[in-house]
Amino acid sequence: MSRYLVTRLGYSLFVLWGALTIIFLAIRIVPGDPAAMMLGPGSTQEDIEALRGRLGLDESLPVQYGRYLSDVARMDFGTSLWLNRPVASEVASRVAATARLAGAAAVIGLVVSFPLGIAAALRRGTPLDSLISVVSLLGQSVPSFWLGIMLILVFARHLQILPSSGSSGWSHLVLPAVTLAMPLIGVLTRLVRSGLLDVLYEDYVRTARAKGLSPRAVLVWHAMRNMLIPVVTVVGLQLGNLLGGAVIVETVFGWPGVGRLVVDAINQRDYPLVQVSILFITVSFVVINLLVDLSYGLLDPRIRVQ
Amino acid sequence: MQTTHTPSIDKAADRSGRATAGRRVRSHLGRFARAGKVRLALWALPLVIFVLAAIFGPMLVEYNPVRVNLGARLEPPGTVLPDGSRAWLGTDQVGQDVLAQVLQGARVSLLVGAATIMIAGVIGLVTGVVAGFQGGWIDIVLMRLADIQLAFPSILLAILIAAVLGPSVFNVILALALTRWVIFSRVARAATLAAKERDYVLAAESMGASRSRMLIHHIIPSTIAPLIVIATVEVGLVIIAEASLSYLGLGSPPDRPSWGRSVANGRDYLNNAWWISTMPGLALSLVVLAIGTFGDRLRDYLDPRL
Repeated sequence: MSRYLVTRLGYSLFVLWGALTIIFLAIRIVPGDPAAMMLGPGSTQEDIEALRGRLGLDESLPVQYGRYLSDVARMDFGTSLWLNRPVASEVASRVAATARLAGAAAVIGLVVSFPLGIAAALRRGTPLDSLISVVSLLGQSVPSFWLGIMLILVFARHLQILPSSGSSGWSHLVLPAVTLAMPLIGVLTRLVRSGLLDVLYEDYVRTARAKGLSPRAVLVWHAMRNMLIPVVTVVGLQLGNLLGGAVIVETVFGWPGVGRLVVDAINQRDYPLVQVSILFITVSFVVINLLVDLSYGLLDPRIRVQ
Repeated sequence: MQTTHTPSIDKAADRSGRATAGRRVRSHLGRFARAGKVRLALWALPLVIFVLAAIFGPMLVEYNPVRVNLGARLEPPGTVLPDGSRAWLGTDQVGQDVLAQVLQGARVSLLVGAATIMIAGVIGLVTGVVAGFQGGWIDIVLMRLADIQLAFPSILLAILIAAVLGPSVFNVILALALTRWVIFSRVARAATLAAKERDYVLAAESMGASRSRMLIHHIIPSTIAPLIVIATVEVGLVIIAEASLSYLGLGSPPDRPSWGRSVANGRDYLNNAWWISTMPGLALSLVVLAIGTFGDRLRDYLDPRL
């Protein structure tokens, strides 16, 4: 297990390095001068030169790259021009909001999709199954920015029972979290259904039933546990996608998280801030996937041995 | 409660057994295969309507991006405008016909969806087949690159690239193709690895078939069906991604109405003109839903084992 852990950790570091490099290159391959774009039209040549010096853009690419990697290693990301404060502290102040939103969406997703998926599998081929499959397909098809606006239209404008933006209390969390959870519900419901159908006909399930275990015990201890591995993989990937989805949902609902910071930073052409906020989301994504990978070992002892 | 599970598990098992046996018999009967094709074609009907609307709609309902019609602002759906025409889906805050915008948006979605899938599919096919067939360092490099790209939530990478390139339909296609080729590449590689071990390929090899002959006649054809299946999933995701980018202002340019841009445009008018955001988003959801249901049927048709 520890060898597996080390290999897996090393590979995550490699992937992170690659992602860092992609972010570095993407921002510097900008057609035009990032410094000029940041300052906008009407800025003087001296201003642009000064900013280039401040951002280190006057150095050669390899020098910039070396400095970039050492900055990341030291967690020193410079100052945001737009907000006029250290980039790192701005991102840090927004982490909690995004975590709250993504966490609530994950809980909603799991709590809704497991019962739906199990019900659909056990009642396979019935109208209930068809209804659940329509719901899950809708969850995957309706784009979140539009779903968010429709929820605002119905619950904030017409019924006036929930706020359309802001982040102070629980009521502010409901609409964004439901919006963010919908694609997860769609994917997970299908997966739980098909995963359960796959294992329901396995020999060990038949054996468990034959030896007289109650159907519920068979479902929980034999079928569900073996269904969990593919489900956990997708949950992991989807948790990461929640972070991507949060960029859109936070923008729709004015939620003060890291996702909205990405979009604001892009609109303000604040490249240090763009770089760090995207970096932060990517690191979280990689860490979540790493944790998911490691959790396999707990669920399936066969993987631990390999 | 406990006993209710047993019969349903049994029934489900029964049904599954009968279904696979039924499928096996059916696959021998050409008559039924043709019936399957007809059913498949019926599921494609909504998509045909979408494609026709995207191609011919803008010719039938004229859209002029610079014309404003202040006499017909924020009119609800079905209003007869001062110039005698009827705004079936209402008008927006400058008096532009929402239906005309929706049809323009259909064109953007179709163009971006089709072009992205073509580009990403071809890149994925070539890289995946080469990686799988050749193996060695090419395989390692390509798959490491794929892993690095998958370290980003895909919408985030698309946001980064689109923001750097600037808003245009071409740039959106580029950004999305660069983020989606990985999926196709992985699928093509997996199919290639599987095909390499098949008896008919081994037989061809032992009879002295050249590598290029094996590639063209045996390997590549076997990757097409899985690639088509994944393309039907991806095209929906790409269309949603384009709309999301356009919603954020990073997709289609301001003078080119796309569904995402139109939804964003209506965001400020939810109080008095719900239709501006609702209609384009509804079109978008229906198209993605139609693609999803068709994709499911196509998968069943191409690979009945699933």
